[in-house]
Amino acid sequence: MTDITASPPLAVRKPAVAAWLLPCTLAAAALVLPLVAPGFYLFQATLAMIYAIALLGLNMLVGYSGQISLGHGAFFAVGAYTTAILVDHFAAPGWAAIPMAALLCFAVGFAFGLPALRLEGHYLALATFALAVAVPQLLKWKALEDWTGGVQGILLAKPEVPAGLPLSPDQWLYLCVLAITLLAFVAARNLLGGRLGRALVAIREQPIAAAAMGVDVPGIKTLTFGISALYTGVAGALSAMVVQFVSPDSFNFFLSITLIIGVVIGGLGTVGGALYGAVFIQFVPNLVDQVSKSATWAIYGVLLIVVVFLMPSGIEGAVRRLVRGRR
Amino acid sequence: MDALLHQIISGIAMGGVYGALGLAAVIVYQSTHHLNFAQGEMAMFSTYIAWMLMQAGLPPWAALGLTLVAAFATGMLIQRFVIHRARFAPALTTVLLFIALLVIFNSLAGWLFGYSARIFPSPFGSGRAFDSALISAHELGSIAVTLVLVVALYLFFNFTKLGLAMQATAHNPMSARLVGIRVGWMLAFGWGLAAAIGAVAGVLVAPVVYLDPSMMSGVLIYGFAAALLGGLDSPWGAIAGGVIVGVLENVLGAYVIGTELKLSVALMLIIGVLLFKPSGLFGKPVVTRV
Repeated sequence: MTDITASPPLAVRKPAVAAWLLPCTLAAAALVLPLVAPGFYLFQATLAMIYAIALLGLNMLVGYSGQISLGHGAFFAVGAYTTAILVDHFAAPGWAAIPMAALLCFAVGFAFGLPALRLEGHYLALATFALAVAVPQLLKWKALEDWTGGVQGILLAKPEVPAGLPLSPDQWLYLCVLAITLLAFVAARNLLGGRLGRALVAIREQPIAAAAMGVDVPGIKTLTFGISALYTGVAGALSAMVVQFVSPDSFNFFLSITLIIGVVIGGLGTVGGALYGAVFIQFVPNLVDQVSKSATWAIYGVLLIVVVFLMPSGIEGAVRRLVRGRR
Repeated sequence: MDALLHQIISGIAMGGVYGALGLAAVIVYQSTHHLNFAQGEMAMFSTYIAWMLMQAGLPPWAALGLTLVAAFATGMLIQRFVIHRARFAPALTTVLLFIALLVIFNSLAGWLFGYSARIFPSPFGSGRAFDSALISAHELGSIAVTLVLVVALYLFFNFTKLGLAMQATAHNPMSARLVGIRVGWMLAFGWGLAAAIGAVAGVLVAPVVYLDPSMMSGVLIYGFAAALLGGLDSPWGAIAGGVIVGVLENVLGAYVIGTELKLSVALMLIIGVLLFKPSGLFGKPVVTRV
């Protein structure tokens, strides 16, 4: 008798513990990493976290609200260039430049979200596709050359470690990016797990029913575009600080494609998928580039088809199924 | 004045190519309401095949003929084996498949032929047409090919059994199936046709922009702009749209904004048409029942 009454709460609590176990282990491992990993790997781990933030933003838009964007590289570029210009021209410190870039990206994303309201499916994909192709040309525009540095781009100095901390600049950057990534994930989890997330899924599945139930469809869609651009812009801003260089051709069409591939392979419509996707797009090219430059993209393309047909919920979905199967 | 006239003529020649690519997009769009983002890369790959055949010593026209056949077959195979499987899937799925195809063709071309730009000889020779200062042989040839393409397609779609069956499939697949048309094969045929037309566009554009794996990315945007401007359900509109886009691009590029913002013009055009006149200049407005 006691067994029966005792079991339901246990069964309910168990996944909760498991759900916290993984993030906590990850966070602990992430904190130890800068002490053990040599500089180059640390740099790559930093970039992977930056990608994770960008993917999280894109996933909100594509995975949750169902609006297709093939042009998120544009927001990445806006974030990166805003930071670079603020730091290079106005000698702004990183802690001031990044929030400014985030705000600007939110505004730009919100503005782009307004016309995007009238576009659906393939049409939105086409508009954002054209945006992605046009970005490098816009960045090379002569009229903006004083700000953007034209084809040459902008070189940035490494941010200084606050006095008194026994850290190398790389380790300091890594820790800053780690903190921002954690913040971004917690915020996304809370946003998407709550009212906004439910409204988004309702809009994705049945826009008319969602509107009938009182969801402000246009308002929430544009807001999501803004938040999504903000996340991707922050990632761009961080990448400018970490790579210490921005140039038009690093924000080409293939950056946008990389981001969407990361989202899909990580897992559409999941928060955790962004992490898997980021690890994938950061480390697969490194492993494969030794074979040939084209191999990375061939693998991306083939895997994209495989994922679309065979595992539509991506790596996150596969991991969930594994965990559930074990229990 | 001569300079302006020259810009307009080469705009028309280039516009015909955009129109052809737009036409390929329209053929695919009419039957399944998909925008094939891989159209440009498929055309690029076909152009490489033509180049390879010419390098192997085939006369240019034979090489082009073989290329068209290869492109047609590839388009059909892709439709049968990849796209058809996702026929009931949401828009996101098909967009992702097109992106996957784009990436695969791009990397395949880079792997097989390298990333460096190559000179692609025009099948019409490199001189001026009839020693005139206004128009080059390639430009005249492009215009002629576009015209032949339009006439041939018009005849095909309106006066052959196959063409009519394809039209029927595009308008109403269910009824078409009921009168005995093999709808699945018609869709595959449409893809093959679109791929072959794309190959023509690729061969015509390669002598101008040089042959390299990313040569079509900009051209494809113009092709889509052409198709949208003409109306996505109007094949003739695509050609007209292409000519308008080509002339606009050349004249604006030469006199107003310079060459460095050309792609942004196409971007603004695409967004503008989508927002304010989604049915384009020659298309029928679509009314959907809630």
